[in-house]
Amino acid sequence: MSATLEILQSGPLSLIEDLGRPGFAHMGVSRSGAADRRSHTLANRLVANPGELATIEVTFGGLTARVRGGNKEGVAIAVTGADTDPAINGIPFGTNSIHFARDGEVITLGAPHSGLRTYLAVRGGIDVEPVLGSRSYDVMSAIGPLPLAPGDVLPIGEHSDEFPELDQAPVAAIEDDVLELMVVPGPRDDWFTDPDVLIRTNWQATNKSDRVGMRLVGMPLEYRWPDRQLPSEGATRGAIQVPPNGFPVILGPDHPVTGGYPVIGVVADDDIDRVAQIRPGQTVRMHWSRPRRPFEGGA
Amino acid sequence: MSVTVDLMNANTKGADSVKIRDYGDRALLLEFEGTDEVLAWSAAIRVAELPGALDVVPASRTVLIKLADTRYQAPTRQRLGKLDVAAASESVGAGEVKIDVHIDVVYDGPDLDEVARLTGLSADQVVAAHTETPWRVGFGGFAPGFAYLVGGDGRLEVPRRAEPRTKVPVGAVGLAGEFSGVYPRESPGGWQLIGRTAEGQEALWDVDRDPPALLMPGMWVQFRAVQS
Repeated sequence: MSATLEILQSGPLSLIEDLGRPGFAHMGVSRSGAADRRSHTLANRLVANPGELATIEVTFGGLTARVRGGNKEGVAIAVTGADTDPAINGIPFGTNSIHFARDGEVITLGAPHSGLRTYLAVRGGIDVEPVLGSRSYDVMSAIGPLPLAPGDVLPIGEHSDEFPELDQAPVAAIEDDVLELMVVPGPRDDWFTDPDVLIRTNWQATNKSDRVGMRLVGMPLEYRWPDRQLPSEGATRGAIQVPPNGFPVILGPDHPVTGGYPVIGVVADDDIDRVAQIRPGQTVRMHWSRPRRPFEGGA
Repeated sequence: MSVTVDLMNANTKGADSVKIRDYGDRALLLEFEGTDEVLAWSAAIRVAELPGALDVVPASRTVLIKLADTRYQAPTRQRLGKLDVAAASESVGAGEVKIDVHIDVVYDGPDLDEVARLTGLSADQVVAAHTETPWRVGFGGFAPGFAYLVGGDGRLEVPRRAEPRTKVPVGAVGLAGEFSGVYPRESPGGWQLIGRTAEGQEALWDVDRDPPALLMPGMWVQFRAVQS
């Protein structure tokens, strides 16, 4: 029989996310999708889903959900990302491995020990109606399935047997101390008097961070030409924009499609998922992934 | 070489002259002198269907190409060098103006008198200036379906409002700097509002329509004044 997931508690923020909706940026819509793509994709793989099926992205834990229906062995689930001591009917199970929850059983996620975002995948995927080809909620555009609330009943999709399941997956631990990020310099590093302030500073993530952007504080960066304004240009996830206050903002999956603040560097794609696990207060250090081009012009 | 000088050197149409910067390791940023070149290149890139190009994002003076994977970055750079921009730009009708969308507007916006004062025109002249010269969609941003319209009557250049409004209604027609635009949804906004789209005007944004945006980069738009 077809299965559903009934949300009992949604915690601070639980969203349905998949791999997003590329192709709409010129119409003003960002790709969105799972903030930590690697954890999202792993959760899907553990339950033998294709990577693009929707999971639940739980920020700061606190999700409780009851499984309804499903066959005799139950619904296959997996939890990845930040470790929240997941349990089924109070019996803890490990992250990054497959488990089964039967009709009526309750899945609970506690508070994360380290990291910020946890992904709950169910075999067959969360099968809500897609919007513009994706089941991701974009917090900036407010497009896609709304943030979860107690009482929501989520359909679980039919499962196809095309993909093999993994029993358990080796995963690098989420850093709870200093997080190091590789950054590709530019395209607007020459708009700063001393762009290397970015890599010399111990940045601190602030609590004014969300899926649109992560705000950092530390040593402010100075504009080389304070009176000059950069015409708006396209932006990507991981772009490090610096507004006039000098404090960098690392753009997240729901970033504005264009922006007018100079981008000093862009987090290397390999490190972007780790940005999604940075907690407020955590220290971030950055490194150029290659030498910066020297500044060639006069002022 | 400063950014300004780079831009001045990029004024030829040839693919060799375009300035391409890495934007991280999964995107490329192309720099141009003005909107016409931006739109011609965006169209050419779209038509070429470059492998791995997920999004082509035109802006004021740049085009950003977002890629599916880091391994597409170097090959895309090479492919851009072989792009026939002149042909693509003819295919999108550069040089001739064919209006793609008419937008009917009731010109009773709360800032119409202020715009008249700022421009030294009468309110009627503001309306005439806004409707007579066709606008072109330069790029999107700010909100889904929002289009920055460029190329209008130069006399309409006005600053943003000193105090942005916390709530601008859907369909409000505004001016700011060299741009005009129509708010596709209710949102905060600092543009000078001169009117609102008329009853029955097709929505600027509708997720159930394909494509969801009424206005897309490169399109020509003409406003028409209506009574209500």
